[in-house]
Amino acid sequence: MEKATEYWKANTSLIRNLLLIWALVSYVFGILLVEPLNGIRLGGVPLGFWFAQQGSIYVFVVLIFYYAWRMDQLDRHYGVHE
Amino acid sequence: MSVETWTYLIVGITFAAYIYIGYASRVRETAGFYVAGRGVPAIANGAATAADWMSAASFISMAGLISSMGYDGAVYLMGWTGGYVLLALLLAPYLRKYGKYTVPDFIGDRYYSHTARAVAAIATIFISLTYVAGQMRGVGIVFSRFLQVDIATGVIIGVAVVAFFAVLGGMKGITWTQVAQYSVLIIAYLIPAIAIANVLTGNPIPQLAFTFSDLVSRLNQIQVDLGFTEYTKPFQGKPMIDILAITLALMVGTAGLPHVIIRFYTVPDVRSARYSAGWALLFIALLYTTAPALAAFARYNLISTLNGKTLEEVRQIEWVAKWEKTKLLAFVDKDGDGKVTIAPGRAFTLKGGRPDFNTPDEKSKNEVHLDNDIIVLSTPEVARLAPFVIALVAAGGLAAALSTAAGLLLAMSSAISHDIYYRIFRPNATEAQRLLAGRIVILLAVILAGYFGVNPPGFVAQVVAFAFGLAAASLFPAILLGIFDKRMNREGAIAGILVGLIFTAVMIGMMRAPQIFGAPAPVIPNLFGISAEGVGVIGMILNFIVAYVVSRATPPPPEHIQHLVEEIRVPRGAGQAAEH
Repeated sequence: MEKATEYWKANTSLIRNLLLIWALVSYVFGILLVEPLNGIRLGGVPLGFWFAQQGSIYVFVVLIFYYAWRMDQLDRHYGVHE
Repeated sequence: MSVETWTYLIVGITFAAYIYIGYASRVRETAGFYVAGRGVPAIANGAATAADWMSAASFISMAGLISSMGYDGAVYLMGWTGGYVLLALLLAPYLRKYGKYTVPDFIGDRYYSHTARAVAAIATIFISLTYVAGQMRGVGIVFSRFLQVDIATGVIIGVAVVAFFAVLGGMKGITWTQVAQYSVLIIAYLIPAIAIANVLTGNPIPQLAFTFSDLVSRLNQIQVDLGFTEYTKPFQGKPMIDILAITLALMVGTAGLPHVIIRFYTVPDVRSARYSAGWALLFIALLYTTAPALAAFARYNLISTLNGKTLEEVRQIEWVAKWEKTKLLAFVDKDGDGKVTIAPGRAFTLKGGRPDFNTPDEKSKNEVHLDNDIIVLSTPEVARLAPFVIALVAAGGLAAALSTAAGLLLAMSSAISHDIYYRIFRPNATEAQRLLAGRIVILLAVILAGYFGVNPPGFVAQVVAFAFGLAAASLFPAILLGIFDKRMNREGAIAGILVGLIFTAVMIGMMRAPQIFGAPAPVIPNLFGISAEGVGVIGMILNFIVAYVVSRATPPPPEHIQHLVEEIRVPRGAGQAAEH
């Protein structure tokens, strides 16, 4: 039981951290800070615009695969894998 | 060979393939019918989810919409992809562990209540129905534009194909045809995008051409010269608060859409559920990161090709002549100088939401009407690609519409035949009766969808906001709390769902009163600057608050329910959980 609680805690704190990044790239970089970030250029496009139309989507993909990979490790560590 | 011959050929081959796959994966038991026997590998489920998710609108209209919105189009790009992060981290693994067949299954069992089950089933039916009519319409439109078949005939052909593989193969047939449909639609989308990127920038990879060439800067410059604001300038059409709310509503709504969630019941275990969400988003991202590139390229190209030329000159361009016939592109010489002028505002006045080609809009100097759909549809011709590529785009549009329609029909019919008929009214039904009920309901649903495709209710296009808003305000919070809040009980969840649903429905009804009820003006235009598309977020927040307060004031859920919650939080035993 102790172990199950620990596993759940590890899982939820991983989720919290990843969702912070999720919100940072989309809501903060892509929307709230889009105007100041547009002062910086990435290649030929303003950076804030790039986060809103390209960058955030790339980060989303990476977040999901990272979560799946980290959970594989946690599952094995706590012996709850199949 | 002509474009038309190519189109018949390629559409014919792809349809034959879908029918063959449907026949080869026909099923004999309910687990096969509802969840494809839980034998779908993670990567295949990812491709099927991507096809399920990307509708006719994503394929045909989205790039055009972004093209006309500029930065503000990001609400769709982030909103329709970011939801997969929520799905992968917060919902999919646990719902897969729980097993069973549908979303109302989970809500009904977790909240030990047939009322909750029925509310979830009705929400599922309503959400899927508003969405599916548009798909069948999309099928008809592709047929009519590419094959000069009338819309009704096109819809009937589409209905017949979907009915065949959905009735015979259920989820299993749908899954494997969706994998094939994803392949068709992504190839059809990427070839023209790569070609136009190469023509305009010399770099064939659209995402890189978009970011690293100077095309976006040139587009910004042209826009300013013509009196528009810069393409990349934020908040031109909507205020920041609305952009935030719409993006969040679309993300949360995506995660709460029943036809997307049930795809995660089809994989063998919890681990596969996590990875297949990743594959799904990767496959979706291929199209969703290409679309904004295509949007900017096509806009640049259309403006620089048309603006300032004489009408005679532009009408000699082959694709201009062709698309002018379909009214996706239309000209009016307001100032009588014989030249084409592109400027902010409308070329023609609107009548019932469509441009009225007999009455130019004199408030604007703009002389060109560009339908959003033309961005994707005309690209192969603009980039001078071979006729078979144009045919491929038609097949891609059809694949996108049919795959989404099939997924929605299954979600809708499982809510009726499994949740309402079997779980609530006939718990003693035999396996054979349940399978038959599933087949009959899906057949009826296909016919209903076909009917709406031929006779679209006027409000359909206006209430897509409903589907996302309602999913965000009702199903998403109920599922999330069911997993992460062990103390959440029946009273809290039902109160939360009802408040979220009613609030959101009333708000959208008031904001879209002219379109839905034919009222002269909206009852309120927005709530604190948040429009109908984003108001589901407020509904969601109310749902969370009400559910929390009510659940803490009422008795905790019974022991076995708390045990169920602990059970779904660990991956081990997902295979067995599937058995009962």
